[in-house]
Formats: sequence, C-alpha cells, structure tokens
Amino acid sequence: MTDLLIRGADLVGRGRSDLLIRNGRFVALGDAGTDVEEFDADGLVALPGLVDLHTHLREPGREDAETVQSGTLAAARGGFTAVLAMANTTPVTDTAEAAEHVAALGRRDGHAQVVPVGAVSKGLDGTELAELGLMARSGTGVRMFSDDGHCVWDARLMRRALEYVRAFDGVVAQHAQDPQLAGGAACCHEGEISGKLGLPGWPAAAEAGMVARDVQIAELTRSRLHICHVSCAETVDVIRWAKQRGINVTAEVAPHHLMLTTSEVLGYDPTFKVNPPLRPDDDVEAVREALADGTIDAVATDHAPHARHDKEHAFAEAAFGMLGLETALAVVIETMINSDLLTWAELAQRMSIMPAHIARLADQGRALDPGEPANAVLVDPTARAVVDRNESASLARNNPWHGRELPDPVVATIWAGRITYRKRNGLQA
Amino acid sequence: MRHLLSAADLDRTEIGEILDLAEEMSLVQGRPVKKLPALRGRTVVNLFFEDSTRTRSSFEIAGKWLSADVINISAKGSSVSKGESLRDTVLTVAAMGVDALVIRHHASGAPWQASRWIDAHVLNAGDGTHEHPTQALLDAFTIRRHFRRSVPDLSGFEGKTVAIVGDITHSRVARSNVLLLKTLGAQVILVAPPTLLPAGIDTWPVLVCNDFDQVLPHADIVMMLRVQRERMAGGYFPTPREYTIGYGLTRPRLELMMPGAAICHPGPMNRGLEISADAADAANSLILDQVAAGVSVRMSVLYELLGGAE
Repeated sequence: MTDLLIRGADLVGRGRSDLLIRNGRFVALGDAGTDVEEFDADGLVALPGLVDLHTHLREPGREDAETVQSGTLAAARGGFTAVLAMANTTPVTDTAEAAEHVAALGRRDGHAQVVPVGAVSKGLDGTELAELGLMARSGTGVRMFSDDGHCVWDARLMRRALEYVRAFDGVVAQHAQDPQLAGGAACCHEGEISGKLGLPGWPAAAEAGMVARDVQIAELTRSRLHICHVSCAETVDVIRWAKQRGINVTAEVAPHHLMLTTSEVLGYDPTFKVNPPLRPDDDVEAVREALADGTIDAVATDHAPHARHDKEHAFAEAAFGMLGLETALAVVIETMINSDLLTWAELAQRMSIMPAHIARLADQGRALDPGEPANAVLVDPTARAVVDRNESASLARNNPWHGRELPDPVVATIWAGRITYRKRNGLQA
Repeated sequence: MRHLLSAADLDRTEIGEILDLAEEMSLVQGRPVKKLPALRGRTVVNLFFEDSTRTRSSFEIAGKWLSADVINISAKGSSVSKGESLRDTVLTVAAMGVDALVIRHHASGAPWQASRWIDAHVLNAGDGTHEHPTQALLDAFTIRRHFRRSVPDLSGFEGKTVAIVGDITHSRVARSNVLLLKTLGAQVILVAPPTLLPAGIDTWPVLVCNDFDQVLPHADIVMMLRVQRERMAGGYFPTPREYTIGYGLTRPRLELMMPGAAICHPGPMNRGLEISADAADAANSLILDQVAAGVSVRMSVLYELLGGAE
C-alpha cells in the first residue's frame, strides 16, 4: 500500500512538520518507503479529524432525504472522520439489531466512521426504556443514547435511563424541550418576532427548565448527561452552575446557533425552521462565550437533511432542521477563530477531541502522533467562498448558508489513512 | 399594487385611495343591478385552506360585482396530511392561468410564501394568527364613515383612540388593525389579560392595559375580538364567566363609554361572552356596517390589484 506523506502542515501548537501515514496510521518520519504519495500542505493547518456528535443520516427509512453514503460524503467534505447517527430513523435505532444495521451501512457505504446512537425509549415514545444494555453489548458498542427530536420529558424515565447506562459508561444525550412550554407546534423563538409573525412561540425557559431538571437528576444518579444543541443564554447559565457543582454534564452547540438569529424567519422561509429555533443576538453571544470558555464542550452539527417537499409547506407545518456537516467548520472559524474567541488547538478540542471523548470513540480525536489512527483534516485558514446549496454532497438542499460568503477551509480529509475528500483546485484531484 | 399581504404594505395615501374607491363601490350595493364591467375577463381564485363563510362570500360577491370570474377552491386540512406541499397546491392553481389568488390559510405566513412562488397577484385573506389586511381596511372604512358623521372632511385618525379588546395573541384582526390604525394616526390601546398578549408586545406602537374599565371612557372606538372556543379550554383564563366580567362589553360597561363612541366586532360574535346582546345591537354598534363594508372594500382592493393597465 502506498504511503502518504503530508508535507509542511502546521501541527497546531507544535510548529510545521511532515506527517507520514502507512496502513491507516501515522508512523515516524524517516521510515518512508519507496512508494510514497506526497501531499503539499504548505500553509495548511492539520487538525485531528472532526467528530460530529449529532448527525441525521435518514437511512434507513428516508433515503430520499439522505443516505449513509451521501451524508458521510458531506461529512468528509466538512472535515469529519466520524459521525454519530441519531436514532430517529425508520425503524428507530432502539435495538441491538437496528444499531448493528446502521453500523454495517456505515462500513459498506461510509466516507467516515458511522457510530449509531441508540434511542433512550422504545420507538422514541418516551414511555419505556429501549434495550440500552443490549445495544451497548452489541458488536457496535453503543455508548450514546438519545431520543433526539423528542425530549425525554418523563422525569422517572430520565432517571432510570441515566442510572442504567452508568453500568457501561454510557451517556444520555437530551433534546431539552419541555413539551408543555414548547409543544410540537412551537417553531419560533418566543419574543418580539414570534409575536409579530403570529408564530407559536418556543421560549428559552422550555429548554433551560428541562436542563435544570436533568442536571439535578444527573447529580442524583452520578451519571453522564449530555445536552444537545444548547441554544440560549439561560441554558448556558444552568450548565455553568452544574459544572461548578461537579455534575457530570457536557453540552454541544450547533453551528447555526453560533451565527444565525431569529430575524432569519421574518420572511417565513422554512429553510430557517429548526428545533430548537434560532434565537436573538444575545443568545448567540452567550453560546459563543460558553463555547469559548468550555461551558459548552463541543460543536455538533444537528445536520438534518429533508426532502424538498417536506420543507415546502407553510412555515408552521414544514419539517424542522437544516444542513450542517459541510459548513460547520467554516462557521466555527468565522464566529470563533476570526473573532479570537478560540485558538486552533481549542477548536480541535471542541470539534474532535471532546466529541470523541463524550462518545467514547477510541480511534477518533487523537493526537497526530506516530502509532495513532490517521484521522485528520487539512485546513486552509484563509480561503473563502460563497456557499452554493447545489454543490452539496448531501441529497438535501435545506441549506441556510446558501448565498453567504464563509470560510472555505477543508482542503483534504483523511480517515483511517485514506483521503476521503480532496478539494479541487481547478483540476480534478 | 403587486400583492396585498400586510396592512403595513400600505401608506396613508394608498389607504385613502382604497377607502375612497370603496365609497364609490358601495354605491353599487344600493343599485338594482349590481354589476360593473371593471374586471371582465379577469380570473380570481379564492383559495381557502381554512373554513370561512363571511370572508369568502364577501370576496366572491366583490369579484362578481366587478365582473371577474371567481372560483372558490377549498383546500381544507393540512397539506402535510394530504401529501401535497403548499407549493404544489399553489403552483397547481396558478398554472390554470389565474390573475389573482385570494388566500386564507390556517398557518401564519402562507400567503408570503405563495407570493414568492407565482406571478399572480396574492391577496391575504387571513393567515393563521398573523394578519388580515382587508378586515383592517373594512374596519377603517367603517370607522372613517362613523367619524365623518361629526367631522365630514376628516382625513386621518389623529387624536382618535381605538381600544382593541380580547385575545390579541391569536388575533390576525388585531395585528392588521394595529398596523393600519397607526399608519392612519390613531392611538391604539390593547386591552387583555396578560395571558392573551403576545410576546414582545412592549415593542408594538400601542398602549397596553389589563383593565378594561380604565380604558373604556377614553376610547372613540371599542373593537371587541372574538374569543375562540379552543382558547377557552386552553387555560388562557379561568372561566368564560371570569372573562366576561373582566373583558366583556357588558351592559353596565356601555355606560362607561364616552358620548359618540362606537362599537366594532369582526364577527362571528359570541353573544354573552365577549359582547352582550345590548352592546351588539346598540345604536352605536357598527357591526353590520362592517359586514356591508366588507364587500365594498374588497371590490376596491381587487380593482387596485387587477384593474390597472396591464
């Protein structure tokens, strides 16, 4: 097998160096064989491959919206080498067999590692525990459990789930949405704009209140709790308090909540309908600060592809969600690096090392050292481009970044020693 | 005028033109033969995703008196449940070659979305809990006539106070009226319990009061809003009885109104709940005038949209 020699990349915090890859792993320099493909990485930053804690791949069930193949190709183009595939497929990933099926699809079609997330409750209906232990014991070793799309609203079920997964170092990832304060119709941040537009409000208290309850349960059960897509300042305050208290809670923020605000929905374009909803400027500021100071541990895309017709209903009736994998790194660079809120090393923490740690992925989020699995992304820190939704590798087109100029960072993605994406520079790579 | 989506689309001059033209149109209503040739050969489709008797029939009569071909399409129920997207429904109807689509939808914003998909004129006949601009125009028409009985050359509504009372949160009538009345220069006071006031109400160009009795003596117009049945069960207020005592236009409250003040209600009324029979049928009630104005104002709006040189 050909060796891959990456020349002159900036290894964050360790200066410029070459990287040699053989048989899926980094190896010591100087060992280069005769059959070497060289990759000129002059001026590029090398980061560990990104890990997305929150991806909807839609397969099995909605292959018209996304497949494991198309979704992971989008992931590779975004610099990701692993994605956690949420359980709200058809069928739901609530058994060991369903989890192994998703993992097998990943092995067959994946351009990145596909790690199934198990449902917390059977059929995501929030009443009975799914077979958490069997999923954990299965060949694919599920460690993260989530009813994402639905909140585990029953406090007793949440308590039992948190207690139960402690046996195998699992984590429950909560979609925090009090269904009494923000029901299924809620689709716009409750505030000035929801009142003007006459859209059902989704108040910040519905998220923060649920998180406040859950951190208390996590303290009671001494379990690992993860909060999905934190969207507002109130939730940040609760998580900050819980962490100071020593509660074992981690949290993620989605790229769109780092940049887009409620005013995007003024034209009733369902592209901007997402759950939790886009929030006002103050909340965007708060989640940026929280990501900078580590209160929020990770960026996770909540990549939610939808068939076009599912987004072409009236705003209140259209599907929730937006694409995120291909643009996540660009948005984090724009909002966090270009404003000096994060260093590149911290960005690697938030987008690779911490997510891998939370999901307990042994081969991801590792240092770019000899002996480690060769998962990396090469980043051009200065390139910019206008996002064109029609160039997406995703099958879906619900791309909120369409037409915006953003960083265009990903030059190449390497997963297990293979180049899974390489940017074209006029010529086909 | 390309579309009429929001009451905020109109400046004071445009509102004046629509109301003046509506005055002319209203003369037709008194004739034995109620037909003008103005829109002959034009096709207007009333595309109603939500039941409505008075708005739909009022648009239908308005179109017919202007000699337009008027077709009613009922697309009731969620398009999601039917498997056809809103876009497909709208494009299908537009593809038949219609000149104007009058859209009523149970979801806020649907006419905005439709206006981006098709070339035909779009007229918002009520979208969810958002806006109902022709209702605001017919209210303004009715109120202007009322004011002109004492001040015949009145142009704007400066110095006048309109109290809008009831479920502001879910009312498209309230939103459009606030926008239109502000453009006309009136002061608007919204009266409701806090549970029926929308988020961000402090940013609206209005006064807000939870005490009806405090507002009543200052209002030139008292506009009562319908209480929807589903709100009664939704816990927005404890009981209908308590609502009526706090926010109903009861007989004792009629005594608190200033001389010359008048009563409006967009209908249909819940007699005995938000409005007493004494108030609804009072000499200073404009409620039936509002209904009559509906046809004239919609004739005027259809003419503004379709009657110009094209």
